[in-house]
Amino acid sequence: MLGALAFTAPWLLAGLALLPVLWVILRAVPPAPVRRRFPGVALLLGLRDEDSAADRTPWWLLLLRMIALAAVIVAMAGPVLNPRGASDTRSSGNLLILLDASWASAGDWQGQISLIDDLLTEAGRDSRPVAVMRLTDPQPPEFQAADAWRSRLAGLEPGAWTPTPQMMSRAADLLKGQRFQTIWLSDGLEHVGRAGLLRALGASGAVRIHQTAGQLLALAPLRAADGALELVAQRLVAGPAQEATIQVHGRDPSGTARVLTTVPLQFEEGALQATATLSLPGELRARISRFEIAGQGHAGAIALSDDSLKRREVALIAGREDREGLDLLSPLHYLERALAPNATLLDGALMDVLPARPDVIVLADVATLAPAEEAALLDWTTEGGTLLRFAGPRLAASDVSRSAEDALLPVRLRKGGRDVGGAMTWGAPKSLAPFAPGSPFAGLAIPDDVKVTSQVMAQPDPTLADRVIAELGDGTPLVTRKRVGQGQVVLFHVTANAEWSTLPLSGLFVQMLERLAISSGSADVAEGELAGTIWQPAEVLDGFGTLRDAGTLPGVAGEALLSAPLGPDLRPGIYEGADRRIARSVLGAGDTLAPAEWPAGTDVQGLERTSETPLAGWLLAAALVLLSGDIIASLGLSGRLMLLRGAAILALALMLPDPSSAQGPEALAGEVTLAHVLTGDSVVDDLAHAGLRGLGETLFYRTTVEPGPPQGVDLETDELAFFPLLYWPITEAQPIPSDAVYARLNAYLRSGGMILFDTRDADIAGFGSASPNGARLQRIAAPLDIPPLEPVPADHVLTRTFYLMQDFPGRYVGRPVWVEAAPEGATQAPGMPFRDLNDGVTPVVIGGNDWAAAWAVDDTGASLRPVGRGYAGERQREMAHRFGVNLVMYVLTGNYKSDQVHVPALLDRLGQ
Amino acid sequence: MKAPAAPSATLRARSEAEAARLPALLARAQHLAGAVLPGQHGRRRAGQGDDFWQYRPVQQGDQRRQIDWRRSARSDAEFVREREWQIAQTVMLWVDSSASMQFSSGAHLPEKADRAQLLALAAAILLDRGGERVGLTGHTLPPRRGAAQIARLARALAGTGEPTDYGVPDARGLPSQSHAVFLSDFLGDLVPVSDALTFAADRGVRGALVQVLDPAEEAFPYRGRAIFESIGGTLSHETRKADDLRSRYLARLAERKAALRQICGVTGWQYLCHHTDASPQVALLWLHAALGGGR
Repeated sequence: MLGALAFTAPWLLAGLALLPVLWVILRAVPPAPVRRRFPGVALLLGLRDEDSAADRTPWWLLLLRMIALAAVIVAMAGPVLNPRGASDTRSSGNLLILLDASWASAGDWQGQISLIDDLLTEAGRDSRPVAVMRLTDPQPPEFQAADAWRSRLAGLEPGAWTPTPQMMSRAADLLKGQRFQTIWLSDGLEHVGRAGLLRALGASGAVRIHQTAGQLLALAPLRAADGALELVAQRLVAGPAQEATIQVHGRDPSGTARVLTTVPLQFEEGALQATATLSLPGELRARISRFEIAGQGHAGAIALSDDSLKRREVALIAGREDREGLDLLSPLHYLERALAPNATLLDGALMDVLPARPDVIVLADVATLAPAEEAALLDWTTEGGTLLRFAGPRLAASDVSRSAEDALLPVRLRKGGRDVGGAMTWGAPKSLAPFAPGSPFAGLAIPDDVKVTSQVMAQPDPTLADRVIAELGDGTPLVTRKRVGQGQVVLFHVTANAEWSTLPLSGLFVQMLERLAISSGSADVAEGELAGTIWQPAEVLDGFGTLRDAGTLPGVAGEALLSAPLGPDLRPGIYEGADRRIARSVLGAGDTLAPAEWPAGTDVQGLERTSETPLAGWLLAAALVLLSGDIIASLGLSGRLMLLRGAAILALALMLPDPSSAQGPEALAGEVTLAHVLTGDSVVDDLAHAGLRGLGETLFYRTTVEPGPPQGVDLETDELAFFPLLYWPITEAQPIPSDAVYARLNAYLRSGGMILFDTRDADIAGFGSASPNGARLQRIAAPLDIPPLEPVPADHVLTRTFYLMQDFPGRYVGRPVWVEAAPEGATQAPGMPFRDLNDGVTPVVIGGNDWAAAWAVDDTGASLRPVGRGYAGERQREMAHRFGVNLVMYVLTGNYKSDQVHVPALLDRLGQ
Repeated sequence: MKAPAAPSATLRARSEAEAARLPALLARAQHLAGAVLPGQHGRRRAGQGDDFWQYRPVQQGDQRRQIDWRRSARSDAEFVREREWQIAQTVMLWVDSSASMQFSSGAHLPEKADRAQLLALAAAILLDRGGERVGLTGHTLPPRRGAAQIARLARALAGTGEPTDYGVPDARGLPSQSHAVFLSDFLGDLVPVSDALTFAADRGVRGALVQVLDPAEEAFPYRGRAIFESIGGTLSHETRKADDLRSRYLARLAERKAALRQICGVTGWQYLCHHTDASPQVALLWLHAALGGGR
């Protein structure tokens, strides 16, 4: 796109008028004659030129020269593309740069910052005082020199919320009564209260709006529907059909955070919403931490998951382990069946289970506990555990909580309990009364077939009424609950199996367990439940969508947590309460995105501002190119182009392909090829290439391995299967490979490939991340499938595959080299100097001795880099070569040398 | 500062360079000549020679030891074995060594002089194998036979180089009834050529005229403003549009060829125009035929 064009010295363009004159002059002057030796000149003598006019310069050559000259003249006139227009004329007075700075602007934050930088530069040129104000966090404006603001630019961050009407009016109050020009960087979303602020700003001076024009995707909080998760995404502008990907983040079984799965998202044409459903196994679902629309880079594209997806850990402990009996009689059978789909069940003795900090401990008919057990259980309950107890014959027969209330029982119990509706008793089996409104079970439907035939009875106490959460039709308590510290103790006055009641046989049992937040998939929290509670932020989102530790942020009142507008006091993130965690995402369930609408007449521009581009340099370069073309053309015309042949050959030689470029797969598969990873740093790559060439020559002369020319490997594109060994020099600026590359690298390592990582820094910091290369190596190698490592033990096969050696110097010497750790049970065979180690070849060798530099030779075979000093240095170089030989032998022959330990046994077996 | 080299040193250097050229020329000429199978040609009559011609009855005057006893024993009459008369011809060569011959239009093309010398020497080798005597005109090398003569010929051919721009055929020292071969580009004045051929024809000498031309001289591939100079530098011609001259130059060249052919026709010589980009073998075969046809 060609914008406006202006000249700094336009009168120079008058020189263009000279061009026709020059045309005539140049046309009149013929090219210089060529002197030619020609024996046939005798036949030419006396011949006259028929055309009396001179042989003229061809018109196209003249045109070429004219264009070149015109380019020079125009360049001298100083053309400038996109000069600052009339609206940008130098102005004076205060300048206010107002930022929405909401999550919606985080996606294009870099563009906003560079625009602000431009604006500050201009303001600095015009010596205007500037103030920068963020609407998401309005502070009193400080009009300062532009340079002062430029130094603070890096600290500007978007908030993870949008400006509220209160913030707008506060900003308007802060700015009242001052004169300034406003440049407003809008995030493109409509905000309530903006019109008022705009009016207030208009009263103070001119207002210009810069607005992001791009599309914006945001993710609503997830909904659970029929066992599947429903993800609803919104977009700002209804445009053509669009595809997006939702990444599901979580921890893998080893605890590493990674993308668990991805879900495609399809916006129909003209639709503002798109819905994706995700059905995951419960185990996987419980590990989800957040959902994110890939590539958005702002907090609105993230939906956090809270306890609603968590899997609870439940420990089941029964009073009698009646394993001899029938399963259906087991006190835990129904509990296991009810909980297993949604919770992780822990099995074991109480004292073994407690250190695992389960969320819930179920005691089925456990009457007495040892004092130590009781104390530990009480501590655990006080810290937030839920203790769920079931009655039974043992509890009924015991004296627990008889005269005084037991700490781990909600009520006092009467001796013996009661039977109703049995063969020897009066009355019919009792059914449940409807749940009271304050009960956690409120609203659950009670099936008719739930009958209670036996139960333990609570002593009537003053506190009893508060503690009953379910009762029978005759008013006797069935389920009681007591708060203990942050936790609770719940007692079912019946057994957990079907002996005393049919409750465990009904679906109601599962629902009741769910309501007690024992099972997962708990329903949405009701707002009323949260009243009066304080929720502590655990992790909060910043504007870019990164989860950060909440640090010392204050707690939030439960009433505000779910519905109050977000702000600096209520940031999106994960909040912890008494017994659960609640996530607050940026977008509410009912929120929609609305594009900003500005009143007519407002000066709205995009973020992109074409910058001034002086064209003089380009024009001069073009003139130079044209004149070079003129030289060649002139030479060609006068028949002297032969001189250029040498130059052409030279140019061809310069264009010869890089020796490290790819060979065909046939050539690679045909012979052993050593390969090095191309790092993008040409010095390192060339050195690695020369190093592998040197190692290849050493192998060729000393061993039966005769490698072909080494190969530079571009991980993104090249096939790795041909290379037994990859030498990977680490540079600080090396790019992190893509996921697809890691998949291929892991496949390569699993199929027997080996990577030699070389940090080339002598590993001065030890095996760690203190050196830049070491840190880079850690980042590069993190996604690789690498087993536990150890420094090369003295009896490792690597020490004796070809040469016997104990350390592995390169250009540097002495630091340990790390390989796959030997299995723990490796023992030293009797009479053998080394252990019978693992069968496999280590997939990686990691060190920092800069081996390639020690191996490197030039085309004539001379070493490229010095190693050490004098003879000792040459010895070190020799040892480096030996290490290379050993390494290649190790790669090619595996544990062959290790198998030698079996030779005596084999010979013995053969009767030799 | 470079000190001037001692005269003896330069002499020796030049000699070695020349000596290095000789075997090359000889070898190439031998190679070329090897492609043509020659033989001594008989005179188709009895006389001195090696090949059997006929048996005839003994006549008066035949010596007794001339009787072929093997033939005579098979019949009653006595026979004498006669051999075919073989006689050596004399072929004189003239190779133009003037400056205009030192020209080639491209790096891949030989100089005209080089091609002419090659042809001459190869023909000489062929003739020598056929038993003829070969020499150079102008009393420079009298006709003789044998390998030594070939070596002398090679030396003489390679060593000479005339400063003049265009060569003049030297018809001196031509034995009567002999044969002659003139190799040149014949771009100079035609009158001396005509004179030389007429002089030779007067002495009963017949032969072949080989015009050696460079392809550039045949095609005139020049354009634009140019100053053409002869190799010796004595002649020059400036033109503003060389491409305009081409047709007229070609006409003049054709005219010259026709004139040469006409002179040859008058004097009973044969004429060939040979280009340096063509194979020398063709020219050599033609030369062999042209000289053999005169027997």
